[in-house]
Amino acid sequence: MAYSEKVIDHYSEPRNVGSLDKSDNSVGTGLVGAPECGDVMKLQIQVDPETKEIVDAKFKTFGCGSAIASSSLATEWVKGKSIDEAMSIQNTEIVEELSLPPVKIHCSVLAEDAIKAAITDYKSRNQD
Amino acid sequence: MKLPIYLDYNATTPVDPQVVEAMMPFFTESFGNAASRNHAFGWQVEQVVEDARESIGSAIGASGKEIVFTSGATESNNLAILGVAEFYQKKGKHIITSPIEHKAVIDPCQALEQRGYEITFLDVDKDGCIDLKQLEESIREDTILVSLMAGNNEIGTLNPLKEIGEITRAKGVIFHTDATQAVGKIPIDVDEMKIDLLSMTAHKMYGPKGVGALYVRRKKPRVRLSPIMFGGGHERGMRSGTLNVTGIVGFAKALELSISEISSEAERLIGLRQRLFERLSAELDYIFLNGHPTQRLPNNLNLSFGYVEGESLMMGVSDLAVSSGSACTSASLEPSYVLRALGVGDDLAHSSIRFGMGRFTTVEEVDYTADKIIVAVKRLREMSPLYEMVKEGVDLSTVEWSSH
Ligand SMILES: Cc1ncc(COP(=O)(O)O)c(C=O)c1O
Ligand code: FES
Repeated sequence: MAYSEKVIDHYSEPRNVGSLDKSDNSVGTGLVGAPECGDVMKLQIQVDPETKEIVDAKFKTFGCGSAIASSSLATEWVKGKSIDEAMSIQNTEIVEELSLPPVKIHCSVLAEDAIKAAITDYKSRNQD
Repeated sequence: MKLPIYLDYNATTPVDPQVVEAMMPFFTESFGNAASRNHAFGWQVEQVVEDARESIGSAIGASGKEIVFTSGATESNNLAILGVAEFYQKKGKHIITSPIEHKAVIDPCQALEQRGYEITFLDVDKDGCIDLKQLEESIREDTILVSLMAGNNEIGTLNPLKEIGEITRAKGVIFHTDATQAVGKIPIDVDEMKIDLLSMTAHKMYGPKGVGALYVRRKKPRVRLSPIMFGGGHERGMRSGTLNVTGIVGFAKALELSISEISSEAERLIGLRQRLFERLSAELDYIFLNGHPTQRLPNNLNLSFGYVEGESLMMGVSDLAVSSGSACTSASLEPSYVLRALGVGDDLAHSSIRFGMGRFTTVEEVDYTADKIIVAVKRLREMSPLYEMVKEGVDLSTVEWSSH
């Protein structure tokens, strides 16, 4: 399979690889996918409690190059957004940005799910 | 050393230059049709084809008369299975095979299932080995064929052909083996192993693509086949179609070359295989060997690199041509059915890489490969949530995953 330049770029130099402290209440963690399916994404966000802005994001992904690129891109995109804005990121935008072929669309779906799972986790920890 | 490095010899091989040379005159000078009985152009190539037939037969302990030329192993397998099924249907409609056969065996068997035949798939253990006792017990009055491969194309595991042949001969059942990966690599003798039908193809042994053969035993017992293609009645009616003379010449030459160095080359390849495995194991944890540790094709190493997905690993070693059992590399998004049948967890099937070595593989290439893989696996594990969890002591089987 031939990969798009952007996929190769994110794969070779992934942005924001790593982990945040998941016990910290300003951190939301999303873990989606399953090892049996060949893809697992962990995406974490750090939220400013005052402004509700995502100030940092990290990911780790077990999956194909497109899955790695999708999650890398997702961390880039959520940074600086409010959690409500981040919640509205669509997988189709990731598909477009990375020029993913049809068989790789589910990798972008997983990235969207990971963002939503991280935000949901953050919200559940910070119910007023 | 030239990049990229080809390590997919189980998929196909380059044609040896000596083979190309042997084929050349038969494109332009001696281009006759071997079936043309009325002029010298025909006679000449007919003799060449008969010599090739003899040579190929003798490489597996058979006579030339027992060799039926085909377009490759897919056709040979289809002819063997469908041909026996049709011819012996009055005797019975039961066939025994295994779940890790090549699709060119499994699919014709399944097609027969649709037509009222019954197929028994034997169990295989975690190394890909069958249980001879189960084989023996599975043979019934109406069993007409046992089809078990010589060496597995994905995981390299060898079947005990001689032991299988003892059982099938004693029970009077025809034994077919898909020896595509084994011929020219390990010694095969159809009499000693009591093989009745054997499939092979030239392109896995440094010959051209699109030519192969089916060995069909002529005596003790004589095996009969119904043809699956109809036409000019070539190959004693078993396979119609003008013979691929250039291909056949190349096939014979390729097999002669392989046989002439069979034991030294096997030894060399086993050495390379060991070297690669040891280098990788020395630097990486969570490596799992797929297939049998010793009863395997000399040139095949299949490894799962835990917590790293195969396609992403191949992307990280783009100057190595290897293959993976990961679902991400397949159009169906299903991981390798062979690894699944062994009970390798789906997670490890996704992490598998097949290294296929061959005649032109060097020590230098193996060392380069090991270095590249080590760097890529380490990098991807830095990025792997699973590796992180395992290192933190999480038992992954207790995690509630959100499948999609
Ligand atoms: C075990 C086995 N059987 C059959 C085949 C099919 O061979 P061919 O490509 O000659 O049809 C292959 C190769 O892909 C193989 O490895
Ligand atoms: S993770 Fe399997 S195709 Fe992307």
